[in-house]
Amino acid sequence: MSAFLTIEGLNVSLSGVLPILRSVDLAVHAGEVRGLVGESGAGKSMIGKAILGTLPRALRIESGRILLDGEDLQRMRPRDRRRLIGAKAALIPQDPLTALNPARRIGPQITDRLVDILGWRRRAALSRALELLDEVRITDPERVMRAYPHELSGGMRQRILIASAFAAEPRLIVADEPTTALDVTVQKQILRLIRDMQARHGTALLFVTHDLGVVSKICQTLTVLYGGLVLEDTTIEEFFAAPGHPYSAALLGATPKYTDPHGSLTPVPQSVIDAANAQLDAFDRARRQ
Amino acid sequence: MADARTFVSRRAGLRLWLSGGWLVLLTLAAVLAPFVSPQDPLAQDLFAARLPPFWQAGAEAGFPLGSDSLGRDVLSRIIYGARVALIVAVIAGTLTCLIGATLGLVAGYFGGWPDLVISRLVDIWMAFPPVLFAILLIAVLGTGLSSIIIAIVVIDWTRFARVVRAEAMRQAAMDYVASAQVAGRSRAGTMLREILPNVLPTILVLLTLEMGIAVIVEAILSFVNLSISTDQPTWGGMIAEGRLSIYQAWWVLVFPLVALFLTVLSFSQLGEGLKDRFDPVLR
Repeated sequence: MSAFLTIEGLNVSLSGVLPILRSVDLAVHAGEVRGLVGESGAGKSMIGKAILGTLPRALRIESGRILLDGEDLQRMRPRDRRRLIGAKAALIPQDPLTALNPARRIGPQITDRLVDILGWRRRAALSRALELLDEVRITDPERVMRAYPHELSGGMRQRILIASAFAAEPRLIVADEPTTALDVTVQKQILRLIRDMQARHGTALLFVTHDLGVVSKICQTLTVLYGGLVLEDTTIEEFFAAPGHPYSAALLGATPKYTDPHGSLTPVPQSVIDAANAQLDAFDRARRQ
Repeated sequence: MADARTFVSRRAGLRLWLSGGWLVLLTLAAVLAPFVSPQDPLAQDLFAARLPPFWQAGAEAGFPLGSDSLGRDVLSRIIYGARVALIVAVIAGTLTCLIGATLGLVAGYFGGWPDLVISRLVDIWMAFPPVLFAILLIAVLGTGLSSIIIAIVVIDWTRFARVVRAEAMRQAAMDYVASAQVAGRSRAGTMLREILPNVLPTILVLLTLEMGIAVIVEAILSFVNLSISTDQPTWGGMIAEGRLSIYQAWWVLVFPLVALFLTVLSFSQLGEGLKDRFDPVLR
């Protein structure tokens, strides 16, 4: 079965000088929940941005293909690409506080995509939005639709963003650390909500996070990134049973244990980092030749 | 919290009422000038020269704010001068705002070469001393109402471009812009429907400030006799004439100055008040 999203040999660099993504291969099948983990700066968010076409201006796709539902995004006209992404993919952003337009009411922010991109009638879009707000368990959706973002709490805004992501029934949702900006008690609710919504709608999910605990709760498959290089591509069961790369094993070792809350954390050993860096150098050398 | 909010809104309300009130009064007077001014603003009467304002001895009915050295009624001339001031404020302010804000928005949101071109243009513009630039422009264009308006637009668009550019850049970095793009919005659509509503309160404040500045620039130009034809009353012209007889008839200088001051202050306070009222985050 061919995947819904396929990334082949994706190289992204900072103005042609500094490599950000190093020949990344990645596939997400329909309905699959894939975790994308790595430490800060590993390039995990950049993969999501490359898929959705929101890479910062300074970053350039050097080579490689991104196929969304069998269509090569790099070969499409910008207008067609926007429409394809708008119809088939969506984003749950990291920071709910800046991800809603502060000057506009909630309602139109959810219905915009349905009306402008998918050509729904406004009334249908409105009832769809109400239905979704209800589905993410927002009480009094009519009032919330008329509210401005600053009138709502962070958790509520993240629920709205989740509802909004599912509004057009996309086939793929990129969740870019959707719980990082929330406090711990809300995190858990939001995570459960995303998992429930995903299961109900059968949407594929690319879950970008640095939190292996989150990964274990929600993902089926996992990609580990280091310095923009894919170190491991595996299933959750295999990963937690026997990590396939020393760096993965070290990451796992650096996770706080629920069973041993007072135990000290083991940082990733320098030898593992050196080995991973050597792997990056070897990759860059091989590419230059 | 509720207390703070009502306090803020009451203060904003008072500010809005006072500044709006003065501007409405001025506009009405300007529009209805032929009916409300006690005298013909151009009628000279040397027997009624340098009459003091109404509360001083020697004042004459029909000249409530006194008369100048040619016997022309000061109040009537202020009312007719308001016509010029307000026309310049509204037209020049709006045009400056449209041009400057558009360029600033494009530069701030699109970045790249449009930003490069517009920013360098702003840098070059800012190196000109504005008043000299205005006088130079009037010298080239000739005097007249449209020349003044053109001069103000040509000089002051950078004021909008700079501020709006910075604000648009700040907004463009926010997640909601990326979200809108993922949702399929075009670049131009994002700029107009996502960024613009957030920059609008800033633009509004700048617009009213600019109207005040336009009034001042017009006054400066008529002070140096480069405004419209000299026989039409303007505040700047009155101030220039009043300066000559300040020891004999201070009122000829002071009253147009007060009108100018109140108008410019009202424009800036109106902007602040409107911003407080329409900014959804502050509301």
